[in-house]
Amino acid sequence: MWVYEKKLQYPVRVSKCDPRMAKFLIEQYGGADGELAAALRYLNQRYTIPDKVIGLLNDIGTEEFAHLEMIAAMVFKLTKDATVEELEAAGLGAHYANHDNALYYENAAGVPWTASYIQAKGDPIADLYEDIAAEEKARATYQWLIDMTDDVDLQDSLKFLREREIIHSIRFREAVEIIKDDRATKKIF
Amino acid sequence: MKANPEERVYSVFHSPFDPCPPKPYRTYVVPVNQFIVFQPPGLPQFSPAEALRHGTLWPALYSPYTSRKFKGE
Amino acid sequence: MTDGRPQAGDPKYYELLEQLQALDFVLVELNLYLDTHPDDLKSIEQFNKLTQERTILAKHFQELYGPLQNFGRAYSKYPFEWAQGPWPWQV
Repeated sequence: MWVYEKKLQYPVRVSKCDPRMAKFLIEQYGGADGELAAALRYLNQRYTIPDKVIGLLNDIGTEEFAHLEMIAAMVFKLTKDATVEELEAAGLGAHYANHDNALYYENAAGVPWTASYIQAKGDPIADLYEDIAAEEKARATYQWLIDMTDDVDLQDSLKFLREREIIHSIRFREAVEIIKDDRATKKIF
Repeated sequence: MKANPEERVYSVFHSPFDPCPPKPYRTYVVPVNQFIVFQPPGLPQFSPAEALRHGTLWPALYSPYTSRKFKGE
Repeated sequence: MTDGRPQAGDPKYYELLEQLQALDFVLVELNLYLDTHPDDLKSIEQFNKLTQERTILAKHFQELYGPLQNFGRAYSKYPFEWAQGPWPWQV
């Protein structure tokens, strides 16, 4: 089971009302390489990955939910007190017509999240390479998002999330090495 | 702006018929994780407060990134 | 703290919260590292030491600002504290 912890993994600060940026950030909420896709991908693959790396998929999958909550906090803060006119001007008119101020699992273009974004091949090498690719794609998305805002506080939170993708990618690479070598039976260092 | 050691630069072909003013070069990032196969034990660590701010416990695994907005790109 | 809930603009709340976030972050980092380095005894010792520090700090934080976890992982005062705000995305 999961137990909720009433705190964000990293402080999220947003220093200006910018619903335009919220529309772009939604890419990491409900997009193909977003945090929801990441969490569901790893937590689903863990059932059929070799025992030696189940723990890693379980823990990274769990951390992704903390990142999903950080993105939600950013979007929430960026749109919280925006007027209908401001949302429309930010390109969120179509979103407003369907959802008011509510968050929705969709990408920056408004396409709803779909399970076809994620794969579970049952082959450990294929699954881990998908996971590594997902981390690098998410890292790239964070770079483009950092490029699109001059809000240094928002950039700060996005840089934290970008670095986490880099660490997760290292861990998945190590998981590949473990699967390849059966390192636990060998002296590794 | 301090040069980012992870940044790579390349140029692209410019046609006389390109409508936008040509950019002199393009860049991409090769993060530190591309050079680590298996993290060795005992790497120097950040303090907890610094680790949180950097998004990693280990300085050797930290990858800086500067907004292109701030670099005028 | 009148009712054990963080008050808007209370600098001590944000300071303690970030201390806890820092400790917990190192624990996440070490946990993922140990998932692929299960034989690194020094890191396991560090993990256990920080877990102890984290437990003390979380207890202090919860005495001031209410429970951090649901489902019986933290005690409650009266009235039931858990469902009271503010929530993490609101502060």
